[in-house]
Amino acid sequence: MNLRRDVFQAIADPTRRAILLLVASHSMTAGAIAANFDTARPTVSKHLQILTECELLAQEQTGREIYYSLNSEKMKEVADFIEPFRKMWDDQFNKLEEVMKKYKTKK
Amino acid sequence: MELKTKVAAEDGKHDLLITREFDLPVELLFKAFVDPVLVEQWMSNPHATAKVLKLESAKHGSYQLQSTDAQGNIVFRGGGVIHELIPGLKITRTFEVEGAPFGAQLEVYGFEKLTDGTSKLNMHVIYESVAQRDMVLKMPFAQGINMAHNRIQEILGSQKQS
Repeated sequence: MNLRRDVFQAIADPTRRAILLLVASHSMTAGAIAANFDTARPTVSKHLQILTECELLAQEQTGREIYYSLNSEKMKEVADFIEPFRKMWDDQFNKLEEVMKKYKTKK
Repeated sequence: MELKTKVAAEDGKHDLLITREFDLPVELLFKAFVDPVLVEQWMSNPHATAKVLKLESAKHGSYQLQSTDAQGNIVFRGGGVIHELIPGLKITRTFEVEGAPFGAQLEVYGFEKLTDGTSKLNMHVIYESVAQRDMVLKMPFAQGINMAHNRIQEILGSQKQS
């Protein structure tokens, strides 16, 4: 199954939000992250996979361990919840501009 | 691409400021808000058709708009009363979405001439409370999450059937 992941889906889950908060300060291994949750290790692995797929987490191999860290560039896209609101108005006003330009030339 | 529209929403305040510069003379920008035919045109999008049920662009006038989807279902209906209307300069009006828990908001539209061919819209929106403002701000964000969920359900649903 190959679902296209997006950031909204990623942050809609409370466990995944908690993982993002955990790795925000320093990079951690999957084991260290899982130790913070009561849920089963494979469940945490699945969450890590989703967060990595949508590029909210970056992986770095150090020796035998993989460290997860926050991809702050991608986080910026979602950190600001106003952005979709702004986009909505921007689309609307682009349409207004387009409609009025046509109206002007018609006259 | 940078968006032309700016939204200023300070933490803990119950208002917001939306500003946008247009490549249009201020008279045309103003007309887009008071002419029902034009309002219907720019409020419509590929997913929804806007209809002006009532638009009395005058002091103490009122307005009501609705949007329908491709199947003809009403997806939005809202309106309010016009408190003040100064052609080419200012519209003060209330706005409320029918059946939504947001309550009424006060909207002050300031129309500003920049050059003969360009103009700026300053939209000041005042809500009853900080919580109400934040709920409205988060709506498109929540819709984004819902759309992602619906997409997943559609994909999973179609896989189940096959």
